[in-house]
Amino acid sequence: MKYADEFRDKEIALGLAKAIRNEANPNKPYRFMEFCGGHTHAISRYGLEDMLPKNVRMIHGPGCPVCVLPAGRIDMAIRLAERPDIILCVYGDLMRVPGSHGASLLKVKARGADIRMVYSTTDAIRIAADNPGREVVFFAIGFETTTPPTAVMIRLAEKKQIENFSVFCNHVLTPPAMQNILESPDIRNIGRVEIDGFVGPAHVSTIIGTAPYEFFAEEFGKPVVISGFEPLDMMQAILMLVRQVNEHRHEVENQYSRAVNRDGNLRAKEEVSDIFELRDQFEWRGLGQVPYSGLKLKRAYAKYDAEVRFDMDELHADDNPACECGAILRGVKKPVDCKLFGTVCTPETPMGSCMVSSEGACAAHWTYGRFRDHQQRRAS
Amino acid sequence: MKAYQRKLDIRNGCVDLSHGSGGRAMAQLISGLFHEAFGNEWLARGNDQSAFDVGAGRMVMTTDGYVVSPLFFPGGNIGSLAVHGTVNDIAMAGARPLYLSASFIIEEGFRFADLKTIAESMGEAARKAGVHIITGDTKVVERGKADGLFISTAGVGVVPDGLDLSAENARVGDRVLISGTLGDHGVAIMSRRQNLAFETEIVSDSVSLNGLVANMVEAGGRSIRLMRDPTRGGLAAALNEIAQQSGLGFHLIEQAIPVKPGVAAACELLGLDPLHVANEGKLVAIVASEAAGAVLAAMRAHPLGREAADIGEAVADDHHFVQMATSFGGGRIVDWLSGEQLPRIC
Repeated sequence: MKYADEFRDKEIALGLAKAIRNEANPNKPYRFMEFCGGHTHAISRYGLEDMLPKNVRMIHGPGCPVCVLPAGRIDMAIRLAERPDIILCVYGDLMRVPGSHGASLLKVKARGADIRMVYSTTDAIRIAADNPGREVVFFAIGFETTTPPTAVMIRLAEKKQIENFSVFCNHVLTPPAMQNILESPDIRNIGRVEIDGFVGPAHVSTIIGTAPYEFFAEEFGKPVVISGFEPLDMMQAILMLVRQVNEHRHEVENQYSRAVNRDGNLRAKEEVSDIFELRDQFEWRGLGQVPYSGLKLKRAYAKYDAEVRFDMDELHADDNPACECGAILRGVKKPVDCKLFGTVCTPETPMGSCMVSSEGACAAHWTYGRFRDHQQRRAS
Repeated sequence: MKAYQRKLDIRNGCVDLSHGSGGRAMAQLISGLFHEAFGNEWLARGNDQSAFDVGAGRMVMTTDGYVVSPLFFPGGNIGSLAVHGTVNDIAMAGARPLYLSASFIIEEGFRFADLKTIAESMGEAARKAGVHIITGDTKVVERGKADGLFISTAGVGVVPDGLDLSAENARVGDRVLISGTLGDHGVAIMSRRQNLAFETEIVSDSVSLNGLVANMVEAGGRSIRLMRDPTRGGLAAALNEIAQQSGLGFHLIEQAIPVKPGVAAACELLGLDPLHVANEGKLVAIVASEAAGAVLAAMRAHPLGREAADIGEAVADDHHFVQMATSFGGGRIVDWLSGEQLPRIC
C-alpha cells in the first residue's frame, strides 16, 4: 500500500533498532512515555517492544480519548439517549464504554434508545436535517484533532439553520494532561516513575503545532519528540529521544515534519477558539480532575450546547477501587500488576480506562502482547 | 375448473401479507417465482418435504441464517450468499454437498423483481455448486418487522470414506494453509453501507468452495486435519477457535498472508485489521506438514485457490495463543475480535 508500506519497512526498522542499541547506554534506563493511543497501538501491533533493548522502556500514556472519558460523562449521555425525543449520534468505539453499574450506550440502545453510530461529524448533521421533528445530539469527544470538525459542524448548522442539532462536548487538551502526569497531587499516593522523555502526539500536533510543547520541555526539563503513527516514525523518534537524553538536551524536536510545523493549522485553531472556551477543570478516567484540560461551547453558541439546551446535570461515578489505571498511565505499574487485568477486566468487559479502547495501554497489551507475560514468567 | 388467477406482476408488484397466508397467492408466489428459479424434480412434486436416497457412508448437516445488509452488494446478493455459505459449511467437513432447504422471511412491500433476482441467484449458485434446493418455506411479516428479507438455508452432504475432519486432529508442526486473499467480503459490504459508502473495486469473494475442497481431499486425504471458512470474525476468529478446540497454538507469518491492496487500504482507513474482516469464499486448512506441499499445489491448481498460501504452523502452547511475526520484525498476538466490527455482514 503506497504511502504506508514505506513507513513499515523491515530493513530500515532493523537499522534503526541497531542504532538505538548502539547509542543507548546499557547501564542507564531510558523511560519514554508515548502520549497518544495511536502510538500505543502501533507499538503493540507491530511488536516494537521486541526491537528495543531491555533498558529502553515505553510507558503508555493517557492519549486515547475514548479511554479517558469518565464514567460520569457516559452516564450523562445515557440519560440523554433515554429521552424519546432525542437521537444521539456517537462514534462506534464509544458504544461499549462502561458507565456506572455496567451500563453502556450499547445496552441502552438494545433497550430502545435511538442511538446512531456515525463515522463523521457530517453524518450527524445529515441525520438532524432528515429528522426535523427530533432533537439530534452529537456526542463529541477527542483531542485537538477532532475539535475542529466539531467546530465546522456547528458553523454548518448555523449556516443551514438546522435548529434541532446540538453537541455534547467532551473535547480535551493534550498539554495539560502531559503536565498532570508529571505533577499531579496523586503522585504522592501512587508514587512515580521518572520519565526521561515524551513521544509527542502526531495528529494533535498537525493542529496545534510544536510550539505548545516548548514551555513543557523547558519547565520540566524533558525532551519531547513529535512522532508520526507509523512504526518507522516511532523507531526514529525513540532514537531521537535517546540522543537527547545522552546529550542532556531537553528540546522539542519534530520527527513528523511531513505533517507538522511549529505553528500548526491556523485556520483550525481560529475556528476552535471562536466557538470553544476552557473549562476550569475536566475529569479524566484514570487521572481524575485535570485543571484547564477540557473545552466547552462559548455562551454565544449555547443553543448548540446539549448540556445547556437540555439542562444536563453533571454526573460523577467512581472507578473500581481495585483498578490500577492511574498508576499504569503514569508508568508506575504495568497492566499485569493490576488484579483486574485479564480476569474481570478484558476488552469485552472493560472496567478501567486502559482497557476501554484498542488504543488503551491494557487493551493493546491484552490484544497484542500478553504472550510476553507468559514468556517472561517462564524465563524467570 | 381452475379459478382464474392474475399472473404475478414481477416488474411492478410487491409481496403483501396474502403471500404468506397459505392461500392461492402464496401458492402462486412459490410456483411462479421460486420453483422457476430453483427448477428441479423434487420441488415439482409439490410436497411439504422432499424424499431422497441416502447413500452409504456418513452424512453432514448444517444450517445458517442470512441477514446481510445491504441485500445486494458488489459480487453477490443475499440469495447467492445463502447458498454459498451453507454449501461451504458442508464442504469444510471435506463432504460433497447434495441438498439444501431454503426458508424466506419476507417483509410486506418487498418488490417481486428483487425477490426474483435473488431467487435466480440462488438457483444459479446451486447449479454451479452441483446442489439442489429441494424444500422451502415462505413467511411474510408486516412492514418494519424484517429488514426486507431474511433467508435461512440448511444443507446435507456426504463425507468420503475414512475422512473425519475435526479440530482435535491437529498436531504440533501442522501447516496452516489459506486459499486466497483475506477480507474481500467484509470490505465489499462496508463499501455499500449507507453511512460508510466509499469507492472501491473490491467485490465480495462469496463463492462455493466444494470444488476446491474436492481437489484438496483428493491430494491430501486424511493428512488434512480440518478446514474452516473464516467468515465473521475473519481468520483471527477461525484460528483462535481451532487453537482452543485443538489445545494448540499457532505461529503465523504476516508477510505470507495475502491481502489485496484495496482491502488493506480500506482497513487502514477504517482502523480495521484484515484478519478480523469476514470472508465468504475462502478456507483455512490445517494440514500435516509432509502433505502440505501437495495440498497447496492442488489448491493453486484450482481457480479458487490460485493465491493459496502457507501462512504458518501449529505449535505447542498451553495458552492457545495465535501469534504472528509482523512484517515489521516484531511479534504480536492475533486475538479474537472484541465487540462487533460490523453487524449483519452475512
